[in-house]
Amino acid sequence: MYVAVKGGEQAIDNAHAWLAEERRGDTSVAELSLAQIREQLALAVNRVMAEGSLYDPDLAALAIKQSRGDLIEAIFLIRAYRTTLPRFGYTQPVDTGAMACDRRISATFKDAPGGQVLGPTFDYTHRLLDFKLAADGEVPAAPEAEPRREPTPHITEFLQGEDIIEREPASDAEPGDLTREPMAFPAGRAVRLQSLTRGDEGFILGMAYSTQRGYARNHAFVGELRIGTVPVEMEIPELGFAIEIGEIELTECETVNQFKGSKTVPPQFTRGYGLVFGQSERKSIAMALVDRALRWEELGEDNVGAAAQDEEFVLSHADNIQATGFLEHIKLPHYVDFQSELELVRKLRREAAELAENLAAQEAAE
Amino acid sequence: MNTEISARDRKGWMSLLASADEARLSELWQGFGADPAFDWLRAPEAGGVMVRGRMGGSGAPFNLGEMTVTRCALVLADGTAGHGYVQGRSKAKAEIAAKIDALMQTSAAEDLRAAVLAPLAAEQAARKEARAAKAAATKVEFFTMVRGED
Repeated sequence: MYVAVKGGEQAIDNAHAWLAEERRGDTSVAELSLAQIREQLALAVNRVMAEGSLYDPDLAALAIKQSRGDLIEAIFLIRAYRTTLPRFGYTQPVDTGAMACDRRISATFKDAPGGQVLGPTFDYTHRLLDFKLAADGEVPAAPEAEPRREPTPHITEFLQGEDIIEREPASDAEPGDLTREPMAFPAGRAVRLQSLTRGDEGFILGMAYSTQRGYARNHAFVGELRIGTVPVEMEIPELGFAIEIGEIELTECETVNQFKGSKTVPPQFTRGYGLVFGQSERKSIAMALVDRALRWEELGEDNVGAAAQDEEFVLSHADNIQATGFLEHIKLPHYVDFQSELELVRKLRREAAELAENLAAQEAAE
Repeated sequence: MNTEISARDRKGWMSLLASADEARLSELWQGFGADPAFDWLRAPEAGGVMVRGRMGGSGAPFNLGEMTVTRCALVLADGTAGHGYVQGRSKAKAEIAAKIDALMQTSAAEDLRAAVLAPLAAEQAARKEARAAKAAATKVEFFTMVRGED
């Protein structure tokens, strides 16, 4: 139980003043600008946007600066800000098939139509510290080649011809929105995906890894991973037509998974799906694996009791703001709680001591 | 209002303005030099919209997360209404977008297109082209190797 306490205002003010000073650090070192954070720590900015569930690179950069680089604290700031924004509406679903791809790879199809495009990746780097970055330096311009003019279709489209991979049923069903209604179980796939895409990257990664290690193994291959920008369209009621209200960067992962078939469905590949704000590759792959594991029931698979199959377990623990709120509240004053615990332990010890004394007296008498 | 303006044209310039770089838009707008008198129909306000995706890229929709958008609406002295819907939280950008939307429905359209919209569109296309060219330079061909086993 948390009970309000009074007092300490001066100490709290002073603590916050010191926090501001520590945040600034050594004043002989140049102060970080938001533009520097946005441009040079872009993947941190992307993570804060994805888990803060608000696409706005400038706000995410501000949150990272304010939180001294504590990304969960930054995500908390973004979530708090988000609740102050009036909701103008819902966009049309983005068309990831029309993405302007910076990166597009497939681990399953060597000759994917449209090609394998590495993009600005850490893959194939040697993971050796680059001390050149410790000194200021000009970066040579990245090489260019004749750009691709045609759209780059999803790789799964090529498999669907043979019906060898499951089709996503076409639907315009209104999805649940966990920012509007509290989560209830079973949540359904739409709410699961919303929860996973804003879930903690470390938690989703751990859950996904558990499926690879054998807890509800689902033999995932990355059928396609693409990173790039898509326009966002929304119907504007006062105009009576849709316009693009902006452009966002997304990472999309489609996994291809084994499925031995059921009484009604012949053996075919199944799919897991990850879609995350920004360049968020690890998160997107992990999301797709967990999405696939949570689909066990609709695919007629056995529940082997693995954590990654347990919707209630995964969705209730994926949100790092909920988790950190509950975890960190135990450091706040719990004096009344603790006082009663203290009384209880003292009483138990007194009783135990009395019992021991009585036993000793009894033994001596015998 | 000019009834010959198609929704497609209007969608085109509003979409271009929504994702335009604010500093560049502001510079081009000031270069154009018009500052029409207007009244607010709706003063600029920042808000969020919920962006949706589709399961598997093509299936049922789901809510992906929000993005910031600023909107406003105004009316020129001649009664032409203009709407601004722009990405981000800049009220100044939304105001410029709404003024341009209104003026594009007047006789100023041709000059405004040449002075503001055409350069914005050309610069946006060039930026996209440059990224696509860098991506194209990272296109690989993987060859599977024959393993040394029977």
